[in-house]
Amino acid sequence: MSDPAISLDRARASELGIVARFFKATELDTRLLGMIGALVIIWLAFQFLSGGQFLTPRNLWNLSVQTSSIAVMATGMVLIIVTRNIDLSVGSVLGFVGMIMGVTQAEFLPKLIGFEHPATWIIALGIGILTGALIGGFQGFIIAFLGVPAFIVTLGGLLVWRGAAWWVTSGRTVAPMDSTFRLMGGGPEGAIGATWSWVVGIIACLAIVAMVVNSRRQRKRFNFPRRPVWAEVFMSAVGCGLVLGAVALANAYYWPIGIVRKYAEASGITIPDGGLFISHGIALPVLIAVATGIIMTFVTTRTRFGRYVFAMGGNPEAADLAGINTRWVTMKIFIIMGILCAIAGAISTARLNAATNAQGTLDELLTIAAAVIGGTSLAGGVGTIAGAMIGALLMQSLSSGMVLLGLDTPLQNIVVGLVLVVAVWLDTIYRRRTA
Amino acid sequence: MTSTQAPLVDMENISIAFGGIRAVDGASVNLYPGEVVALLGHNGAGKSTLIKILSGAYKRDSGTIKVNGEEAAISNPRDAKSHGIETIYQTLALADNVDTAANLYLGRELMTPWGTLDDVAMEHSAREVMGRLNPRFQRFKDPVKALSGGQRQSVAIARAILFNARILIMDEPTAALGPQETAQVGELIKQLKSEGIGIFLISHDIHDVFHLADRVAVMKNGQVVGTAKVGDVTEDEVLGMIILGKCPPGAIPGPGAVN
Repeated sequence: MSDPAISLDRARASELGIVARFFKATELDTRLLGMIGALVIIWLAFQFLSGGQFLTPRNLWNLSVQTSSIAVMATGMVLIIVTRNIDLSVGSVLGFVGMIMGVTQAEFLPKLIGFEHPATWIIALGIGILTGALIGGFQGFIIAFLGVPAFIVTLGGLLVWRGAAWWVTSGRTVAPMDSTFRLMGGGPEGAIGATWSWVVGIIACLAIVAMVVNSRRQRKRFNFPRRPVWAEVFMSAVGCGLVLGAVALANAYYWPIGIVRKYAEASGITIPDGGLFISHGIALPVLIAVATGIIMTFVTTRTRFGRYVFAMGGNPEAADLAGINTRWVTMKIFIIMGILCAIAGAISTARLNAATNAQGTLDELLTIAAAVIGGTSLAGGVGTIAGAMIGALLMQSLSSGMVLLGLDTPLQNIVVGLVLVVAVWLDTIYRRRTA
Repeated sequence: MTSTQAPLVDMENISIAFGGIRAVDGASVNLYPGEVVALLGHNGAGKSTLIKILSGAYKRDSGTIKVNGEEAAISNPRDAKSHGIETIYQTLALADNVDTAANLYLGRELMTPWGTLDDVAMEHSAREVMGRLNPRFQRFKDPVKALSGGQRQSVAIARAILFNARILIMDEPTAALGPQETAQVGELIKQLKSEGIGIFLISHDIHDVFHLADRVAVMKNGQVVGTAKVGDVTEDEVLGMIILGKCPPGAIPGPGAVN
C-alpha cells in the first residue's frame, strides 16, 4: 500500500478518538442514527405509558401498515423538497386518483368484464398510476416550463383535485373494492404469511451482503481506501439482524380467532386443542412501501437523474450551466410524485375498502412533515429516502401511540405540531454543529 | 496564428440588451487555435456578458457566432458544450452539496454497463486529475461547499480539463487564488495552449493576464475599443484603452474607440 492517498487517509483517521473512529470506519450516518434513537425513545415511552401495549407484534404490525401510504409519498416529497419545490396537492391527488380507481373497479369495469374479474385490480391500478402521472406531469409542466412557483401551483392543485374527487361521483362513497385489489391494503389476506416472509427476509440479507462485497470489490479495483473488515462485517450483521428481526415480529402476529375459525371451516381443517396459529407475515402494503423505498433510493443515488436532482438542489444555476436540462428534471420529479400518490391512493383505498372524496385530507402535511423530520432540508440539496420513511414511521408512531393512550384528537394534533417544530429545531442545531 | 487559418471562434456584431441597456453593442472578437486572448475592461464593460453569450448562458439579440468557420446555433449551455466550449465562471458554478467527483462529471457522468452511475470510476479519475492540479487535495468525499476558495477553483478548472475542451473560457480565473495556485493556473494555461486549445481569459486587472495572453481585446460600455498583439502594445497603453477608450497605434481600433 504505497498509495499516498491511502496512507494520508489513514493518518487522518488515527487523529480521531475511538467513537469518532468507529463512525468514520463504519461511515454511519449519525443523523439517521439520531432519528432511530428518537424513534426508540418514543416507542419505549409509549410502551411504559400504555402498560406494555405498544411494543406488541399486533400493534407494531398495524403501525407498519398505517405508515405505508405516507411513507410511499414521503419518498417522492424528498425529491421535490431537495429541488427547493413543495407539493401541497399530494393529499388531494391521492383522493382524486383513489376515487378514479374506485369507480373503475366498482362501476366501470363490472359493466365491461363482470364483477371480480382477475384482471380488474391491475387495470384499476394501471389507470390510477396513469392518472397520477398525468396530474403530476401537468403540475410539473406549469412549474418547470411556465415558471409558476410550485407552492402556488400545488396550492391550486390542493383545491382543484379535492373538488375533482367530489365531482367524480358527486360526493358519493364508492364501495366495495375488488377482492384482489383489496389485498394491497393489508389485513390477514393481504399479508404474505410466515414462509414467504422468511424467503423475503433471507433474500434481503443476501442482497445486503452482496452489496457490501460488491462495493468493496469496486473500491479495490481502483485501490481506494476501504472500510476496515470488522466494520463491513458489523454493518452487514446489523442490517441482516434488523431484517430478520422484523420478519420474526411480523410472523409473531397471528390471525384473529374469528378469522381462523372461518378459514378453518372454509378449508375443512379442524382446529387443534391448543388453537390454530396462522402468522400474518409481512403485510403487502408494507412490502410495497419498502420496495418503493428501495427503488427510490436506487434512483436517487445510482442514476444520472438522481444526481441531477441533488445538484439542482444545491445550486440550480450551476446545474443549468453544467448543461443539465433542469426544467425537464423538475417535470420528471412531479411525474414521479404523481405516480407515488397513485400507489399511496391504492393502498389507502384498498385498506378502507372504499373510495371516499375525503380520502387523504391533510396527508400533504403529514408527508411534508415526514420528509422534513427525516432530514430533508427546506433550503434544498439535502435529504435521504430512508430518512423520510423513518420520519413517516415516527409521525405514525406518535399518533398511533396517542390513540392507544386514549388522548383526545385536539391534544394529539397539538403534540404532533410541537414535535414537528422541535424536530426541525434540533436538526438545525445538529447541522450548525457539523457544518 | 496566421490569418489564412480559420479562426476557432469568430463572434461578429454581437448585441444584447437588458431592458433598454445595451450591455453588448455590436462587439466582434475572434480566437485562433492555441491562442490565448485576454478580454479586458472595467466592471460592467460587457466582457462577461459577451462571453456568457458564447457559453450559452445568455441568448444574443443579434450577431453571428462561427465555430471552425461554420455558423453555430448556441442558445443554451448544452449547445455550447456540444461545440467544445467549456466555461469556468467567476462565481464558480459548482453544485455545492455533491462531492468533487460528482461536480467534475456533472452533466456527463460515467456509467456502468448497467446504466447506473459509476462512482468509483469517477472518483478514480477525479483523484488523478486533482492529483495533477492540486496534489495536496484530499477531500474527495466532502461536498464542495466544505472546500476552500482555492480548492473550489481547482475543482472548476479540473472540470473543464476533464472534458477535453477545444475552447476554454476562464472568467477571472485567478481572482480567488493564492500566489502558488495562480502560478499553477499559469502553467496549466501554457500546457493547454500547446495542445491547440483556444482560451479566452476575462479579467478587469491586466496584471493578472498580460503575461499569459497572446492578444488582448478591450471592451468599454459594451463596445470593443480595440484588439492588439501583446508584443505591439505596452501595459500602459492597454490601461489607456481600458480607462479612456483610447486606441494606441499598435492596436486595431474597434467601434468603441475614441479618437
